[in-house]
Amino acid sequence: MWILLQIELFKIFKRPRTYIAFGAIAAIVFLIQVALKFDGKSYIDLLLSNLDGSFEMDDEFKSKMLNGYLICFVILNTLLIQMPLLVALIAGDSIAGEANMGTLRLSLTKPVSRTEYMFVKFMASVIYTVALLVWMALLALLGSILIFGVNDMVILRSRGLEVIESFDIWWRYVAAFGYAAVALTTVSALAFLLSVFAENSIGPIIATMSIVIVFTILSEMNIPIYDRTVKPYLFTSHMVAWKGFFYMKSNAEGATITGSVENLPAIMRSLLILVIYIGLFFSTAVWVFRKKDILT
Amino acid sequence: MGIPEKGYFNLIDYMKKILFALFLLNSLLLSAQTAEEIIGKVKAKLDKVNDYEANGKMKTNVIFIKAPVANVKVYYKKPNKLRINNENGISFIPKGSVNINLSNIFINTTGFDMIDMGKEAGTNLRIIKLLPKDENADVVLSTVYIDETLSLIKKAKTTTKENGTYELEMTYGKYAGYGLADKVVFSFNTKDYKLPKGITFDYDDGTRRQEAPDKLKNKKGKVEISYSSYTINKGVPDTVFR
Repeated sequence: MWILLQIELFKIFKRPRTYIAFGAIAAIVFLIQVALKFDGKSYIDLLLSNLDGSFEMDDEFKSKMLNGYLICFVILNTLLIQMPLLVALIAGDSIAGEANMGTLRLSLTKPVSRTEYMFVKFMASVIYTVALLVWMALLALLGSILIFGVNDMVILRSRGLEVIESFDIWWRYVAAFGYAAVALTTVSALAFLLSVFAENSIGPIIATMSIVIVFTILSEMNIPIYDRTVKPYLFTSHMVAWKGFFYMKSNAEGATITGSVENLPAIMRSLLILVIYIGLFFSTAVWVFRKKDILT
Repeated sequence: MGIPEKGYFNLIDYMKKILFALFLLNSLLLSAQTAEEIIGKVKAKLDKVNDYEANGKMKTNVIFIKAPVANVKVYYKKPNKLRINNENGISFIPKGSVNINLSNIFINTTGFDMIDMGKEAGTNLRIIKLLPKDENADVVLSTVYIDETLSLIKKAKTTTKENGTYELEMTYGKYAGYGLADKVVFSFNTKDYKLPKGITFDYDDGTRRQEAPDKLKNKKGKVEISYSSYTINKGVPDTVFR
């Protein structure tokens, strides 16, 4: 199975289009970093405009706020919404691409079970997803730290602000990237499932993106009927739970508690929901594929 | 021949009466200090400080801010330069924090009308209101609560035209001789904070946060600075204040 996985990875990383995603991420990260390097203070002004009358917001304060940790958070906030498309490019092509090229039937003539074949295909997609995320972490976190330096991090929420001390941030990023890997694997699993039904990779990729976009819109809408009925069950509602690692507990006087997470059980619940989705999508894909009449 | 017993007791009674009268006189003299005299004494104490650099810990208690207790340096230079600096991190410093330096209240003593409001019930602090004569001044009214025996301001309230009301509460210790507090609690008005979810993309963990009605009404923020040390009159460069 290991050899099969190596072959699948070779196939993925041999294709030039695989690197489109890496290039796109590098371009987006670079553009955000350049924009914030030269005009970051305007961005801070925009975010903190309603605090301007109550607190000192001099240039030194804004420079401190614009540190590598915050820039990385901004990039993640932006990119993790776009990344499903890049992940779907490979996962959606996984089975449908083989079918399209007419190599699927040939591949299955090898002495491996269909379940093993699906597992290897899915693992290759997961490795690609993780590689993409590591690439983004290198550029967004390490790159931003190199360009902007480090300081305490200010997390902006819709109803308040949180200041995290610089020594308390690294482990949160490790946890957040780990969580993001699971979140993107969910999208990968969805694209992988849809890929089983198609014989052209465009269909699963577009279908995955359409589902992600619709679900994301529903997740972000604040309509009570959806809040209670639909939102808790949408995987997109739980994909942003990586941010929960940056929400801290505070004591009665409003001081943050070092090393704390505001609602860890909720993050774990969201993680569990995503894992269930991954299991559901993957097992359905395997079930369908095992019964499928492979004609190409 | 000794002092007759009756005469001896008369003398003691007489001395007691004199001592009591002296005590009363002293008390009357103290309480008879005018507002101007009390303010003059307080100001004289504060005037001993030309500049200082102080180390302290700052707690921020604002309903929409969660922040760690920060190590801060506070720099002051006459007449009204003050800077609170978190050199190792980020702290939200309220506007008007210059007022934590009490000299700021008396920068223009001749420009105030003083109203003596008597003593505060319970604390025995003398309440004096300072009304700026200049109609264009930002400060509309300052009320100071003074411990007149120690010539120290224990509480102050300043109402401004632009930035609402500031309140100060001071606790004194070993720097009381300079009129410098060991602990200052600075209360100030804050505006409501809200950012659209479309910008923040908050993670909704499913818990419904019911904000207490009094919390919603309470738009007061508090900053508490506990000083550990002061370096007084050793010079502070202007570059610190920029």
